[in-house]
Amino acid sequence: MSIPQEHDYIGLSEPLPSEKSSDKTTAAATPSSNVGRNGVFSLKETELRLGLPGSEAPERKGGIGIGIGIGVSLYGKDESDCVKSGAKRGFSDAINGAGKWGLSINGGSEVDLGKKGGLNGSSVKQEIQPVEERKNEAAANTAPASKAQVVGWPPIRSFRKNSLATNTPKKEDVGGKSGMGTGCLYVKVSMDGAPYLRKIDLKTYCSYTEISSALEKMFSCFTIGQCGQGLAAKEHISESHLMDLLHGSEYVLTYEDKDGDWMLVGDVPWE
Amino acid sequence: MAYSFPEEVLEHVFSFLSSDRDRNAVSLVCKSWYDIERWCRRRIFVGNCYAVSPEMVIRRFPELRAVEMKGKPHFADFNLVPEGWGAYAYPWIAAMAEAYPFLEEIKLKRMVVTDDTLELISKSCKNFKLLVLTSCEGFTTDGLASIAANCRHLRELDLRESEVEELSGHWLSHFPDSCTSLVSLNISCLGSEVSFSILERLVARSPNLRTLRLNRAVPLERLANLIRRAPQLVELGTGAYSAEIRSDTFSNLADAFSACKQLKALSGFWDVVPSYLPAMYSVCSGITSLNLSYAAIPSTDLVKLISQCQNLQRLWVMDYIEDSGLDVLAASCKDLQELRVFPSDPFGAEPNVSLTEQGLVSVSEGCPKLESVLYFCRQMSNAALIAIAKNRPNFIRFRLCIIDPQAPDYLTLEPLDAGFGAIVEKCKELRRLSMTGLLTDRVFKYIGSHAKKLEMLSIAFAGDSDLGLHHVLSGCDSLRKLEIRDCPFGDKALLANAAKLETMRSLWMSSCSVSFGACKLLAQKMPRLNVEVIDERGPPDSRPESCSVERVYVYRTVASRQRLDMPDFVWTLDEDSSLRYS
Repeated sequence: MSIPQEHDYIGLSEPLPSEKSSDKTTAAATPSSNVGRNGVFSLKETELRLGLPGSEAPERKGGIGIGIGIGVSLYGKDESDCVKSGAKRGFSDAINGAGKWGLSINGGSEVDLGKKGGLNGSSVKQEIQPVEERKNEAAANTAPASKAQVVGWPPIRSFRKNSLATNTPKKEDVGGKSGMGTGCLYVKVSMDGAPYLRKIDLKTYCSYTEISSALEKMFSCFTIGQCGQGLAAKEHISESHLMDLLHGSEYVLTYEDKDGDWMLVGDVPWE
Repeated sequence: MAYSFPEEVLEHVFSFLSSDRDRNAVSLVCKSWYDIERWCRRRIFVGNCYAVSPEMVIRRFPELRAVEMKGKPHFADFNLVPEGWGAYAYPWIAAMAEAYPFLEEIKLKRMVVTDDTLELISKSCKNFKLLVLTSCEGFTTDGLASIAANCRHLRELDLRESEVEELSGHWLSHFPDSCTSLVSLNISCLGSEVSFSILERLVARSPNLRTLRLNRAVPLERLANLIRRAPQLVELGTGAYSAEIRSDTFSNLADAFSACKQLKALSGFWDVVPSYLPAMYSVCSGITSLNLSYAAIPSTDLVKLISQCQNLQRLWVMDYIEDSGLDVLAASCKDLQELRVFPSDPFGAEPNVSLTEQGLVSVSEGCPKLESVLYFCRQMSNAALIAIAKNRPNFIRFRLCIIDPQAPDYLTLEPLDAGFGAIVEKCKELRRLSMTGLLTDRVFKYIGSHAKKLEMLSIAFAGDSDLGLHHVLSGCDSLRKLEIRDCPFGDKALLANAAKLETMRSLWMSSCSVSFGACKLLAQKMPRLNVEVIDERGPPDSRPESCSVERVYVYRTVASRQRLDMPDFVWTLDEDSSLRYS
């Protein structure tokens, strides 16, 4: 049941048709003084104005038409601080100051963003910070900002995002990058005969030799028998013998690939 | 008023009316018809759980058997609705369990469903048959166990993409041995293992099983056994489609597939090892729906598979298919009606595959029945969109997502206004549209003038001013759902078109320029609209009224505007026009 309204859109300032409800609400006049005496709303507050008070609108990419100024959100106490800008909320603006965002920059698909209301809230809060600061950056930044992420963009459901994250990427065949740049890559490491396994973050290492020595250190407690739990073998092995064990042929590093095959570590280039 | 027809006859006539619209129309004829109709309505669809209250529904329709309901707005899928916003199923279920002891079907979408809710359903509704939970959350496998254990006549349990807290895989064992009524089981959203032997026994004793969608944890080696027990399957979702390459596994699988003469839909396909795809070839000619959207396989393998599926009507795939693969699709699958192409690396800076606008152009050229598209890509041009529109004026749903949301026409660097304009102009039956790219107010002018059948519109990072929003609200006669994020739309258009909002189901605006003052005005002016200000920065009246709100969700409702389950970041207008918040 839409009420036909004739109005000159650009010069919108005439009162909207009064309705029953407006009569009721006149009594409780709101501080914004939008309600006239006869119960009809006037829209002085939202009148179009060309020529904005204060700062310029930030750069826009190829926009056309008149920059009609509409109020922009600002967390400020004083009304005059509410800077009106006609810019569309540019994507580059939104991701400017990537450092302010509480989101992981490295393709946080493993982090289910925004599921926690707090996380969402904090990211939006940061976005709303003083517009002057943002606009200065916008003016300075002609190139598109770095790959920070905007909440909910691209519009992909969490279920799919999570599936992508754990999808084992097919290597060279599909070309190029293997899926998400995740923040860390934990893998399980087990040693034959050890009572429990360990997990290491592959991203913290730069080469096979690094991993090798780190694992040596990690598992040395089992062979020497210094483990707090005291579950390791009680044989008295000298340390040098032990190192021979680790370096030599007794222990080798292998991994199970996605096809389920056991592969020797070191064949594939580190990258 | 005396009628020549007894009530029973009218009831019988009405029983042939299945669409809600028809039934609603019938109920407006006269009081008598209203009364007869309401007593014999068995199915109801509530598009917004807050648009009406459970009591109202129960009062009007005392004998429902099937309820379908939706909760959170669509943008909740992309984490734009803060946690705890609402859409709790329990109050509805509690009321209905009491009022409808013969309730048989419940379908919920984007609602919070607890274990208590599930248990209540399972214990109150003796004849319960069908539960579909799409994108729901809040329950655990314990809740599923109650359903399994208590619903003696359960036919369908479908957990599409819901988030389930998985306490144990043994909930499946709660299906009693006497339960043989299963027709559809979809557990594809579950992460953890279920007991395979229990699953096999369940499948074996369900002769009516038509749909079986497994989860990723079911390994390929087990698939053959499962399928073998259910050769009557029409829809199958595999688990992880990978195994060590062994000829006996392969031939087992191939044999099992070839026994399934009725298979029409395939899905699942996590972790695909391409060498196993040919095991399915025997069923491909009958396949009408193929969901490979989790399958990371190269274009060549995809193409080999797809070219076997001459009768394909629906394809969901990842962009690994590339333009070349889409060319083959266009050439082989002339019955294709729906195509969805998902991004394999949505957060990567550079394209990882060669999928461009060309692929979509090819498919639009080659597939005369194509009517529904969801396409993620990294570049688009007006020329391509215009070509697509010319090729395919029969689009009903067109959703384009360019990874960079403000990407211009990559050839001319102009906005994509002309391209989308062509889409709405040529596709006169378009019901759903999502746009991305560099878009100015002009595209909205086109939409307002042409998109007369458009029911749902999604806009992001587009437009220059309120004029854009005004064009849409004043021009789109059939608009029901409008969702907007990060656009410079504000008060003027909203207030000027306030009445329009009552003809729609809902309007969502987040990160736009709608002031708190305007929200209050709108709520004051339109008593049948609930104007929810969703703002996590604290009470809106601690800021100047001209400050924009983070999000506003406006929906028509005949229920109270003060829903009792509002969290502390949602504000609505109280009856005495003061601000009310919890």
